[in-house]
Amino acid sequence: MSATLTEGSWQYRGLNAQNPGLDHLSDGLLDLVDAGHPVVAGTADLQYSNGLVKFAERHPDRFVQFGISEQNMVSAAAGLATTGAMPFVATFASFLALLCCEQIRMDVAYTKLPVRLIGHHTGIALGFYGTSHHATEDISTMRAIAGLTVVSPADGPQLRAAIRASAEWPEPIYFRTSRGRDPQVYDDDVVFEFGRGIEHSTGTDVTLIACGTQVHPALRAAETLRAEGLSVGVIDMPTIKPLDRSLVLAASERSDIVMTVEEHNVLGGLGAAVAEVMAEAPSRARLVRHGIHDEYSLIAPPTHLYAHYRLDAPGIAAVVREALA
Amino acid sequence: MHSATTLLPDRPTADDASLADRATFVRTEAIRLIEIAKVGHYSSVFSAAEIFAALYYGVMRTDSANPAWADRDRFLMGKGHAAVGLFPILADLGYFSREVLDSYTRLGSPLGDHPDMTKVAGIDFSSGSIGHALSNGLGMALGGRLAGRDFSVFVMLGDGEMQEGQVWEAALAGAHHRLGKLVAIVDRNGFQLDGSVDDVIGIEPLGDKWRAFGWEVHEVDGHDASAVRDLLRALAERPADAAPSCVVAHTKKGKGVAYMEEEPGWHLGYLVPADAEAAVAEILEGGRA
Repeated sequence: MSATLTEGSWQYRGLNAQNPGLDHLSDGLLDLVDAGHPVVAGTADLQYSNGLVKFAERHPDRFVQFGISEQNMVSAAAGLATTGAMPFVATFASFLALLCCEQIRMDVAYTKLPVRLIGHHTGIALGFYGTSHHATEDISTMRAIAGLTVVSPADGPQLRAAIRASAEWPEPIYFRTSRGRDPQVYDDDVVFEFGRGIEHSTGTDVTLIACGTQVHPALRAAETLRAEGLSVGVIDMPTIKPLDRSLVLAASERSDIVMTVEEHNVLGGLGAAVAEVMAEAPSRARLVRHGIHDEYSLIAPPTHLYAHYRLDAPGIAAVVREALA
Repeated sequence: MHSATTLLPDRPTADDASLADRATFVRTEAIRLIEIAKVGHYSSVFSAAEIFAALYYGVMRTDSANPAWADRDRFLMGKGHAAVGLFPILADLGYFSREVLDSYTRLGSPLGDHPDMTKVAGIDFSSGSIGHALSNGLGMALGGRLAGRDFSVFVMLGDGEMQEGQVWEAALAGAHHRLGKLVAIVDRNGFQLDGSVDDVIGIEPLGDKWRAFGWEVHEVDGHDASAVRDLLRALAERPADAAPSCVVAHTKKGKGVAYMEEEPGWHLGYLVPADAEAAVAEILEGGRA
């Protein structure tokens, strides 16, 4: 018996209808299947959260439900890859990159198997669900694993493009994605190239290097700052490993300040990756790392958290002004 | 996706005597290789020697000339520290040379204490971190069924390994997905590093646990190589959508060298050449008995 509900009420299985941005993961996988690739998708009881339900409905034979057993899922994905399948397994980034870190290291990366790991709801996107569901260490742990590529798409179209491009990328990959509600940065026909940053603009005062959900607010912050007379460049750095070193070095030659922006601990994340490049080369610019400063997030709705941690456009602009002051 | 398997070759057909001989070979070769490293897992190999021999000489379809053959049966070791007992078999079957075998643990050798699929032909999956292997095998069985291939996946687990939570995640999933080609073999030798499994964290009633998880459970004397062979051959023929099987192989840790059978400390150790020679003599004597 179904209750008659007032408009605005919703339940978990309605997430996709409510949130079409979740389709990009499944759409990317469907593109690969249509191109003849032996995709197998796995989830750990989160097919509505990550949108894989769409893929599962289209290809039930290529979909594996693992239940709440993330480590088992990652190790099994490695086994699947040995049989010629192209496995994509998805769960919350906090579980994938921390709970399954050792399975990723031993079964996926050390073995060089082409497993694709989708860590979704990264950073503080899960807001008041709390620290257990936040992933502000995943770039750091995944980047430290030899042979693992780390990709943080800025939006759904870029994720879909990166998934398509992954068919030609031989290494195992960790994709860091958000919750499918991110504002769109790119058109649907965007092309993805592993290892290449995207220079949206150049500037002599400051270059913002952002990844993932922070690309959109960084672009908006730059507009605000330009209106104030500053020269601001923006680089989207979706591949955190291998990092586009030449783009970092060019920015550090051109700008007084290079500022990284990430929804992640500044220790070990994008800021650290950029710092490593700048520290090893002659660099004119000063580096400012903006993100979560080695702390656990407060509880709040996501938009409140982004404002609190100055990871929205006004916050990023304010951090730039302070750095230049 | 469904490329049906056609005309698989016959399974290997070692008779009872040659299986016993190969189990003896596993033990004596492990002693010889451990002399090179000057440390190794003697008693972990000795409990599994008949199982190794039964699998490779009496059960599994493999092809050393084509180690990546897509239809081959797979073998994984949760207890990867017993790899020094498997390497001599792989060399014997022609996966790599005796020269490579004798480079065991030396600088740059593909052969270390744990098996490495990226370095050693014939190793179907790397191991070393206990608890992953049944999940790895689960993925292989899923992939085989998806691809319409008929291979079986044998996963040897230590009894101490039953303490790892991931094993039971894989046990649930194997039964749920009805992976009839997945066979877990528990080397129930009773000991782990810190003592008796029952004293460290008990695992009984083991068969009941696997049954409760939805697996078809068989108990066998793990040192009766012929019985192990016959059982595993039968299990390899189960339909791909049957319940998975678990074989509890009752074994003795250190089997073949009396003082090792009585002392769990021989999980890891070293025998100087004179003692190694005596141990080999005892094993050969037992093998003839």
